[in-house]
Order: sequence, then structure tokens, then C-alpha cells
Amino acid sequence: MIAPHPDHPPKTFRIRVRRQDGPQAKSYWQQFDVTYRPNMNVISALQWIAAHPRTADGKQTSPVVWDCNCLEEVCGACTMLINGRARQACSALIDELMEHGSTITLEPMTKFPVVRDLFPDRSRLFNDLKKVQGWVPIDGMLDLGPGPNEPPDTQEMRYAMSRCMSCGCCLEACPQYTLTNHFLGAAPIGQARLFNAHPTGAQLKEERLVTLTGPGGVSDCGNAQNCVKACPKDVPLTEAIADIGRQATVHSIKNFFSGG
Amino acid sequence: MADSNTRVIVVGGGLAGLAAAARIAEEKVPVDLFSVVPVKRSHSVCAQGGINACTEPVRQEGFSEWDHFDETLYGGDFLNHQPPVYEMAYWAPKVIDLMDRMGVPFNRTAEGRLDRRYFGGSLFRRTHFSGASTGQQLLYALDEQVRRREAEGLITNYEFWEFLAPVLDAQGDCRGIVAQDVRSMEIRAFEAGAVVMATGGCGTIFGKSTMSVICNGAAAARCYTAGAWLGNPEMIQVHPTAIPGEDKCRLMSESARGEGGRVWVPAMRTAGGYRKPHPDAGRDPRRIPDNERWYFLEEKYPEYKNLVSRDVATREIFDMCREGYGVGGGNMVYLDITHLPDATKNKLHAILEIYEKFTGDDPRQVPMKIFPAVHYSMGGLYTVYESGEPVKFRSGVIDKLRDRMPPVLAEKLEKTRRNEQPKGLLPGSPFNMMTNIAGLYAFGEVNYQYHGATRLGANALLSCIFDGLFCGPSVVNYLKLESDRVDPDIFDRAVEAEKQKQTELLERSGGENPYELHEEIGRWMTERCTVVRDGAGMAAPHARFEEWKQRCKRVSLYDSAMWTNQNLSYTRALGDMIRYAEAIVAAAIERRESRGSHYRTDYPQREDAKFHSTSVARYDSTRDQPVIVWEPVPSPMVQPRARTYGKSQTQAAAKT
Ligand code: SF4
Ligand code: SF4
Ligand code: FES
Repeated sequence: MIAPHPDHPPKTFRIRVRRQDGPQAKSYWQQFDVTYRPNMNVISALQWIAAHPRTADGKQTSPVVWDCNCLEEVCGACTMLINGRARQACSALIDELMEHGSTITLEPMTKFPVVRDLFPDRSRLFNDLKKVQGWVPIDGMLDLGPGPNEPPDTQEMRYAMSRCMSCGCCLEACPQYTLTNHFLGAAPIGQARLFNAHPTGAQLKEERLVTLTGPGGVSDCGNAQNCVKACPKDVPLTEAIADIGRQATVHSIKNFFSGG
Repeated sequence: MADSNTRVIVVGGGLAGLAAAARIAEEKVPVDLFSVVPVKRSHSVCAQGGINACTEPVRQEGFSEWDHFDETLYGGDFLNHQPPVYEMAYWAPKVIDLMDRMGVPFNRTAEGRLDRRYFGGSLFRRTHFSGASTGQQLLYALDEQVRRREAEGLITNYEFWEFLAPVLDAQGDCRGIVAQDVRSMEIRAFEAGAVVMATGGCGTIFGKSTMSVICNGAAAARCYTAGAWLGNPEMIQVHPTAIPGEDKCRLMSESARGEGGRVWVPAMRTAGGYRKPHPDAGRDPRRIPDNERWYFLEEKYPEYKNLVSRDVATREIFDMCREGYGVGGGNMVYLDITHLPDATKNKLHAILEIYEKFTGDDPRQVPMKIFPAVHYSMGGLYTVYESGEPVKFRSGVIDKLRDRMPPVLAEKLEKTRRNEQPKGLLPGSPFNMMTNIAGLYAFGEVNYQYHGATRLGANALLSCIFDGLFCGPSVVNYLKLESDRVDPDIFDRAVEAEKQKQTELLERSGGENPYELHEEIGRWMTERCTVVRDGAGMAAPHARFEEWKQRCKRVSLYDSAMWTNQNLSYTRALGDMIRYAEAIVAAAIERRESRGSHYRTDYPQREDAKFHSTSVARYDSTRDQPVIVWEPVPSPMVQPRARTYGKSQTQAAAKT
């Protein structure tokens, strides 16, 4: 539950933003005093700043740049560090954040290059979905009749995995995933599990496991389980990592005995 | 660019754009896909409820493709062209099969078959779904197929590129686009044999809506000011149930009602048997006894109950609040799912979670507070098509191109037409969903076809995917038409024009604030041009729009950086949104009748004699204003009939 509205809501509240003019530029801090309205979220605070780009000490500045689209926590675009934690700016409510102090700190994600200000470049995440072949290899777009039957419990598992919106919170929280290494991280491993569990998707299972047992694969996971706690969509990531780990072991043993 | 005539550009990476890209790539035609956001973050992810189709078990329950077709026309108040709707309804089961094969986690029955749910505008369980995030799941499946084609090199993905203008040659045919990388701000022209616009709706013209921030209609407006026509721009759907918010109104899907959710307001019965607002309408809803709740939709529409068409539900909720029945006397009614069994609530998990996250209340325990919000644009870019019988269009694009068709293709299409006499669309005709500009197509929400004056729930996802799958081959066939060598100068000139516009934008001064101007326009549009409209409220639009255009010219940008300048992109779009808004208002004024979502208090009846017609908005560039002309809608299969959703007359009378 959100705390009931304070009897004397503040007139303004303060936002501290770590800004960066471009990928190579040095970052710097700016503070803004935003006019309070009930039911605001971090996005509406940023919209307010865009309309009134003046710092707390009265200096005119450029509007803060950030990424967003759906504003209802399904597209994953608006992920940033809010008071140090990776989460979606659209579902971060100001009233809730103010229970923990009157200044709200916004920073870009640290595991991805910064395009500008709070806008990260997450193309690595989408490229990694290519590496794990995150798709069902259907014969094509023609009408070839219905898909395979699926028991409800498999559907439930796959639906849970398939809610991943590629926001990157799990990667931001993971101690093994860094700006420069090649660890796939939890989200793509989850997608591998999603497609391995589909009868047609499973045709690529062995190829996926080759990738997942290679460098940057599932064995780089230190099992810290930060990822699952960070995921806003409750994707069962640790289950997925354990499951893919088991599939990888079976795959390696098979390869060992077949001399592969 | 030697192969440019054999490439296709798709603008927009939602369901329609992705389906088109995948289907066209299937023909081994390379596709350049442009999207202002990574395609996986497109607005289609917000669609919750489901996708309609007469699959086999639905048929055995007494439904048919014809019924699906008829419901869509009835829902659209007969403003829809019939052949495209017919084709879509008969194709729908194939769409389900394909998406099923792609691995969409559709909900399953105990035996592992596709499950279905009820949805608005139908008395049959014909809506297939994946939890309460069906749009997201369908989009992801298509995104995955497109990624696969990308890995194979058939599709090139230009993410974070914004469409600025179509490039037209001396004959007025489309030969490519100008686009801008919104990170590096590079402006470039791209050549192609055909361009498919799949850029979605225009909700943010109304300020707050259920749409995503990129759904501003600017891309469609840029085609419109370049000479493409708009069809029925005034037809804007207001969804009955959304969660009002500071930055947007969040959708509360119709599936909540499809699964048994009930809409009510606190009310009292008087001694005479009439209702009146409850004096304590703001108290805890959990403590309001059943006899002090008015389930007004169920009472007024005993047949469809809470599942009447969207415009009907919207007006009823709106009227209730105007008459003082709203929660706490304000602009909200209850949408109640607290009585549903847990298993049903679980199917709605995704939307209940949104409600809880954004309001802090748990809808499993407490009835939700909702109010209507702008949700969908039935209108959009005007398009033509071919069917078994020739259709009369104002656009001369078909006649203009007929001679350029290679004989083999012409004969093949003619044979299909003769032998199959399609009631729906002629498969493969290069004219299917082509705008009035040769080589420029419109698919999905930006296409004005299919939904008429109101869209039925769970038909949007269908129409988007259908357009891509069915009309993708039409685009491929267009590439076979003879065309002149393109003069390379047109691309340089188009880029130059956009660069000049940008320089002019950066140099503007005058202190207007683009965000405040947008808010003002949105408020005006919402107040006067949504649920109820009248001539007086929308009067004197020219002066109003002229003022906005002038103020837009006086906007001062706060950001002059040539790197990821969102301030610039936003302001440029605002100018285009004003043009689109003006077309909406002009058509809304001239349509002096009520039909579907367009409800005029000063003309409350449908007037088929005068207005069973598409409003076609053309841009007059010398006056910078829209001109509205009318094109009659033919009724080859179904004659228009009154649209009542079985409203109970006794109840309607008892209320007054
Ligand atoms: S379990 Fe730990 S190391 Fe492994 S992916 Fe999750 S956060 Fe990273
Ligand atoms: S698994 Fe969760 S945290 Fe990770 S990218 Fe997907 S939605 Fe985000
Ligand atoms: S804007 Fe889509 S998740 Fe926040």
C-alpha cells in the first residue's frame, strides 16, 4: 500500500540527476526542484523538468534525456537507477519514494553504455537474444495448420518466462555481468529455457546449449540470485538458470560419450 | 542503391510492421525496418485482452466467420468497407494457427487446446488470449521471427530512427523515405520500391490517453501534409475502462468484464422505484450492500450486459458521472472483479498487477475505480483495395497504375477474380491497402480500414497481423510494376528540405513552451472532441488552429545539442500533431450525425442518407488547412441496420 497522502503535501521535491552529454563525456550532477502534484511518478517528474529545465539554483539548462514508451511497465524502456536500484521510472511513484527521504536520485544503468543522461544503449541485450536463438524455427509465415498441443502447466511456465520485457534490471543487479565482459546474463538464459520448452523451439536446443556451455554461458553465473529479486515481472530466473544448468550438464555428458 | 527497387521499407515495428516485414522477407525480398523505439518496446505490448477468431470449437458453439464479419460491421456502425472486413474475419483462424506455431503461450484448456474468453460486442466465446498481456505475447513472437530474419540478413533493423517524410518523384509516386537517427541526429534518405506505414494511432494528440508516448500521429501527419489522404480521422475510440493517471491513463482491459467483472455505481432506490445518487457515494465500496449498487449496464442491456460495444459503455459511464452517480460524486465508477474465483483472477494477473502498482489498491480485494480514456484511432491513412467486384474510389491510384502491371501478373489476378469471385479481397492485388499515393501503403492502426466508427475489442491485434500477412504479398507484387528510373536528386532535395526545417526549428524564439502548448491542445481536444461532441463546442476551428500554429512557430528550444535532442523531436512532432488534430476536428464538425464513437448531441441520429460515407481529409498546402470530401461506403453484402445492442426500452423509460 502507498502511504496515505500527507496532510501537508510538500510544494516541491528535489530530484538529483547524474547527467552525461554523450557516450564519451564525463558525468556530472544536477538538481531540480519539481512542483509536487498528487499521484506523480518519476516519468511525470522528468516531464516536468523537460518543460521547466532550470536547476535548483536557478540556472537554465537542457532538458534531461531519458527513454520511455508505454508508461505502464510493460515495454521495459524506462529502466534507470532510482535511489540506487534499477527499476522502471514509470512505476516508481513519488509518494512512495518520498517515504525514504525528500531527495530522489536518478542515474543511468551502469552495465550499459550511456547514450545521453538517463538513456542507455541496451543493444547488447538484443544481440544476445540472437546468440541464444531466441525463437521458434517455424517453416515460414504460411498457413500450415495449428501449433502443437501444450499442457496448461507448460503454458504457465512458458508464459512466466515470456513476460520478460528486456528491461535489463536482472543484468544491472548481477555481480557477474559487467560493462565489458561477455556473460549472457539471466534474461537471455531465461529465453533459452522458454524456447527449449517448446516442441518446435526444442529443435534448436542443442545449438543453444553449445552457446550456453561456451564462454559467457551459464557456468559464469555465480548463483548470487540478485537477478530474480531485481526482476519486476517475476520471471523465475533462478529456476531457469538451474534448469539450463541441468540441460547443459546432460548435453556435455552426451558430447563426452559421443566424443564430441 | 542498385537493388533499391527490389527492397521494401516498413516504418513501425508493432504487430502490423513486424508481420509485414516477416511476410515480405518470406518472399526473399529484403526489408528495411524503421522504428523510433526498439521494436520489442512498441505500443502493441500494451494490448491486453485477446484476439478474435472463429476457430473450430467456436464454430461448433454456433458462431461463424460470417458472424464475426457481421459483428464487426455492427460494432463499426456500418461505416466499415465490407470486403476487407470479410477477408479478415475468414482469415482470422489462420492468424491464430500461425501465432500458435510461433510459440505464443496462449492460455490452454485442461487437454492442452486453445482456451477462449468472452469479449465485448459478442455473445460467443471467440477471443483467444495469453493471460492478460496478449498483445505483448503476440508482439514478442513476431519480434523473434524478425530477429531470426535479421540474423539471416534479410531484414535490416533501423531502431531509434524516426520517420520524417515520404520521398515522392515527379509523378507523385513514393520512392523512399527521409528518416533521422534520434541519437546521432543524422538525417538520411532511404530508397525503396515500396513503403509500408505501420505507425499506429494518434492518441497523444488528446494529451493523456491509453497510448504510448510515441503514438502521436506525427508519421501519419507527415504523409498527410505530403499529399496522402486521411479516412474518417474523426473516429476516435474512447475506451470505457481506464485508470486515470498524472502522465497517462492506463488501460484496464475489457477482459476484466469478459471474465465476469461488473460495472456499478453507488445508488439508492426511492419509494417511487427510481434511482438517485447515493448520498454517501464515497464510502468504502466493500461495505456497500448489493441493493445500494446499481449495475447499470446489466440493467439497461439485459442481453449484452457488461459486454456492450465500447462506445456504448463509454457513454453510459460518462452519463452516469454527469448525472452525479460517480464514486464520491466525481468522474469514476467501479469495475468490480472481487467476486470472481481465484483461478479467473489469475488469468487477469497482468492487468490486476498494473492496477495495484499504479494505484496502491489490490483489485482482488477492492473494486477498481475507472473512467473512460482515448484509446484507439479507427481513422487513419486512407487506403484502397481490390475485391471480386470493382469498387468505386475517389482515389485514382488504381487506374493510374493499371497500365504498368506486367501482363503475367494482370492475367493471374484476373483469373483469380473470375474463378473465385472473392467477396473479400483479391489476394495479391498490388492495390490492397495502398494509400492514394502509388507505392505508399498503410497497415495496422494507421490504416483507416476494418473498424468503421468503433472497433470491437480484440479485433485490433487481428487487423494488424492480418494486414501484414495478407497484404505483404500485395506489396511484393507492386515491385513488379514497371517504373521509371528514379532521379537521384529527389533524395538529396528531400534531405535538404528536412535539414532546413530542422535549422528553422532550432532558430525559433518567442518563449512558447512546447510541453505546455501540447497540454493545452490535448485538454481542448479531450473536452470537445471525444465522448460527446457538438457544433458549438468545436466552433470556429480555423482561428483556434491558426493560433496554435503561430504559437508553435514561437517555441523556444532549451536544447541545441546535435546529439539525442528529444526537445527538438518533440517540438517537430507537435507541429505535425496540430495538422492531424485539425483534420479530426474538421471531419467531426462536418459529420452532422451520430455514428459509433462519434456522438453529436446536436445530431443524435445516424443519417445514412447523407453520411453513410467516409470523410476524406485532404491537405490544402496553400491554406495549410484540411478539406473534407465524402466518399459513399458501398454495402455489397450487409445492409445497415439499427445498432441498439438490445437496449431495454423499459429501463430506458424508467430512468427518465
Ligand atoms: S544468479 Fe547471480 S550471477 Fe547468476 S545471473 Fe543471477 S545475479 Fe547473475
Ligand atoms: S528477466 Fe526480468 S529483469 Fe531481466 S530483462 Fe527480463 S523482465 Fe527485465
Ligand atoms: S515506459 Fe514502458 S516500462 Fe516504463
